[in-house]
Order: sequence, then C-alpha cells, then structure tokens
Amino acid sequence: MNILAIDTSNYVLGVAVIKNREVVGEWVTNVKKNHSVRLMPAINQMMRETETSPEELDQIAVAHGPGSFTGVRIGMATAKSMAFALDIPVVGVSSLEVLARQGIFFKGLICPFFDARRGRVYTGLYDEEMNVVMEEENIDMKTWLERLHDMKQPVLFISQDESAFREMIEQELGDRAVFPGAAHRYARPSYLALSAMKKPASSLHTLMPNYLRLPEAEQKWLRQKEK
Amino acid sequence: MNNDQYLLAIETSCDETAVAVIKNETELVANVVASQIESHKRFGGVVPEIASRHHIEQITVTLEEALQEAGMTLDDMDAIGVTEGPGLVGALLVGVNAAKGIAFARQKPLVGVHHIAGHIYASRLEKEFEFPLLALVVSGGHTELVLMKGHNNFEVIGETRDDAAGEAYDKVARLLKLPYPGGPEIDKLAAAGEPVIDFPRAWLEEGSFDFSFSGLKSAVTNKLHNAGQKGEEFRPEDVAASFQESVVEVLSTKTKKAAEAYGVKQVIVAGGVAANSGLRARLLETFRETDQELLIPPLKFCTDNAAMIAAAGAVAYRQGHRAGWDLNAHPGLDLEEYGKRRRN
Ligand SMILES: [Zn+2]
Repeated sequence: MNILAIDTSNYVLGVAVIKNREVVGEWVTNVKKNHSVRLMPAINQMMRETETSPEELDQIAVAHGPGSFTGVRIGMATAKSMAFALDIPVVGVSSLEVLARQGIFFKGLICPFFDARRGRVYTGLYDEEMNVVMEEENIDMKTWLERLHDMKQPVLFISQDESAFREMIEQELGDRAVFPGAAHRYARPSYLALSAMKKPASSLHTLMPNYLRLPEAEQKWLRQKEK
Repeated sequence: MNNDQYLLAIETSCDETAVAVIKNETELVANVVASQIESHKRFGGVVPEIASRHHIEQITVTLEEALQEAGMTLDDMDAIGVTEGPGLVGALLVGVNAAKGIAFARQKPLVGVHHIAGHIYASRLEKEFEFPLLALVVSGGHTELVLMKGHNNFEVIGETRDDAAGEAYDKVARLLKLPYPGGPEIDKLAAAGEPVIDFPRAWLEEGSFDFSFSGLKSAVTNKLHNAGQKGEEFRPEDVAASFQESVVEVLSTKTKKAAEAYGVKQVIVAGGVAANSGLRARLLETFRETDQELLIPPLKFCTDNAAMIAAAGAVAYRQGHRAGWDLNAHPGLDLEEYGKRRRN
C-alpha cells in the first residue's frame, strides 16, 4: 500500500510517501511562501527520491482544512485531480487532526488550533486515542477556553500560533495548560497519511474542503437578510 | 501509427468551471461548462471566494464529464492545457493545480494558456486563421485591438484607457436597475428602443486606436440624474439603445480603421461582449463589402469556455511550449509577453 500525503492547508507545506506502513519520505517546510509554485516540484522530488512512480500509488491523502482557504484548495485540487487521473481513492483528513497527532504521547486532552483572526481560532479537542472529544469549530478563543476549563484535565495546546494566545490560555487554565517544544508545533504529512489509513476513502466528487467559515460576502448577505 | 494530436484543457479564470478536449488544434471533441452564474446573482457580481469554492467542487465532475463526452481516457491525451491568467487568482489556482495534478499523475506535458489568447483562438474553431489578422477583444475586463502576424504573435495596438466596454455595460445596467449580469439585459432592452439620446463618443486623438468609456458612463449618469430633477423621463429602452449605439459605433469604427491601417486579412471579434447582438449586427454591416473577412464565434464560444483554451493551448503545444511543475496562476498575465514566451 503506497500513499502520497499532501498538506498545504496552512503555513506548513508537507509531502510524504508511505510504503507498506513505513514512512519512506517526508518533506516539511514552514515558510510563508507560495504553495502553488512549490507543491508539485516537492511531490516530484519526493517521488523520485523514494523511487515511486505515480502509477505505483494506491491512495492520496490530503489535509482538507480548516486553514487558509486558498491553501486548502491548492492541496485539494492537486489531490483530487491526481486521484482522478490515477483512478485511486483519495482520503480527506482534518488539518486539526493531523496537528493533534503530534501530541500522541501526551496523557490528557489534545487541543490543536490555528489562528482565525480577531480573537477566533479553528480548533477541536481530542483524547489520547485521537477520538474526538469536542467537534471542530471556528470559535472565539475565550469561549473555547471556558469550556476547556470545565473539563478539569490537563490540555496540550499544539499550534504555531501559540505565542499569540499563550497568555490567555495560561490565565484560563493555569498549570493544566501544557505547551510542546517548537518541533512539535507543526503538522507532519506522515501523520496525515497514517490518519488516512484508518479512514474510509472519500468519494472523489463529494470530497470538499472543510473551511469552517462562510465567505465574507455570504456572511454579510445573511446578516442583511436577517434585518 | 496515429498522428492525431489531442489536448485536454481546463479553464477556471472567473465563474465558469470548464473542460474541453480538442483534436488537431481545431476539431472540438468535448466541451463542458459548469456555470456558477446563479450563485453570484444575489451579490450583483462575481464574488472571488465563492467562485473559487465552486471550482473546487466542480473540477473533477467536469473533467469526468468531458472525457465521457469525448468517449476517451487520459491515455489518449498528448498534453494538458490550462488557463494560467489573467483572471481571479483564487479561481485560477484551482485549475492550474488540477492541471498539474493530472499532468504529473499521467506524466503528460503541461501547457499554460493566456485567457485572452483563448478568446481569440475561439474563432479558429470555425475557420482557419489568415495572417495578419486583427482581433477586437471586448469583455468585462478587456477592450483592446490585437494585431496578429502569426500564431501566438500578439501586438496590442489599442486598448482602453479606463473602463472596459463590459464594465461600462455593467455600470449602466445598475443605473437602470437591471439584474446581473447587465450586458445581455441592456442588449435586450436596446433592441426595443430607439437611440434618441445623443451620448458622447470618445474618439481620442486622431489616429489613436485606444478606447475610453468612463466619459460615456458619466454622461449616462448625468443625463438620468438631470432628467429626474426636471421631472422628465426617458424610456429605459431608449437609454439602453442610445448607450449601446455609442459603444457600438466607437468599437466598429475603430476596428474598421485599424483593419485598413494594418492591411489585415481577417477581423476577429472575441470575448463576452462579442455575444452582444447590437455589436454583432453592426460589425457584420461594417465589414460586409470590405477586403477583410469577419469572424465572429458562435455565442457559446463568446462566453468563457475551455474549448478556446484548448484551441490556443494546442498551438502553443505544437510550437514546443512546456510549462514546469512550478506553473503558477498569473492574475495579471500580459498578452504580448505571453506570446513572446510561447514562440521562443
Ligand atoms: Zn473571458
């Protein structure tokens, strides 16, 4: 079973090749540079280094968001069209779940999050076995932390946007808030592939980005309609 | 040995998700367009984020439909073409990355195509080009006269200094409170009216092939405003007819003069506004008894589609152009520059 994993949903650009449950190649950058320009050369390089030809792939795994709208679509367009062209299954995995897997050895709750601006975050809550404890949301961080407070358990916060929220988190949760070192703050595409192996394949045409947020124009339109 | 050349092309620069397959540069084998216009109507224009979302939802469905319509598989394709610009960046990115995904997965050559080159090459689906030729490109974002001395050889000899003709149509449509998209609505209304109001024509300096439509737009605004204050009323049909008369007269007269000045063999009308019945009728009349042959694509090739991208892409492919895996979306891609790169 050969899997190509693709994640361009946030700052991280991640590409991995997994062969028979072994991670044979993984490439991660965390720079704010054009994913559209860099993704396919990265895939090309990774496939060559691991001596994998496209027709040897059995599955594509893709991070379907939440994250940057455009970033999510770059990965999705690539993954979906490759799956279509090779006639192989594609599996979408939550970008938050991929990030949460960085906390796999933590005893307690795991809270991955991405900054969604204006005090809001894209986040969700997982247990040690990666079961969903609280569903993903686009939510005000203060409100979210109040909910975590009531759970009375240690929480591992995984995010490259940690510094923007760290103070607020510590205020709310005190000692129960745990922060990993820098190497664990970024989503890894190998975890994306391993998550995908546990999930049923998505239907190619109906696999969609999970934005967790309506377009601005639509929000405005709905507000006006309510008036 | 079969020497037929097949190219599959993807277009997602604005609000149509489109895929086409072309044989030997001019024979259309499949042409599928998934329009989103209904989703944008309530906003009175194309919302880029919503357009991009629709593209990602439609892309593989459209690809599958096009191959079904062609009765072919990706194995049969010699190359993959895609609109790389100009257009909405988020929208373009879906098509560009989908094209790269397919081309990489099947190890096929990849060709980037200029959207306006596509609009021009739509005419070649009907009739072989004879150079030099002149193309009048009129759409929501463009109004220009393009001289072609050979394939993918573009020289812009005139362009708008302010609004595109299509933009002027949209603005006047809003003044008349017509639904989006305004162009076809004005065209319809104009057919029932008389050009009784004398709106200005912007000829600019003697010998210039440039255009300007912002003055006309203001003139319409002022006329309606002043009339309202005096309690006068114009029939909207007449306003539309008078406005359209001004646009059409400038476009056809300048095109005629440029065609003569450059001694072209053919005149092509390209872009969304080429669907305008008033413009089509006037150009047919203008070029009826001239040395230049007028090519106006059928209506379905005037609005955005992938057939035109396939037509232009197949030529670039034959000329040896190949895009790299780092192909990106270029929202402001220049036509002349693009042509130079394709020919070298
Ligand atoms: Zn167009």
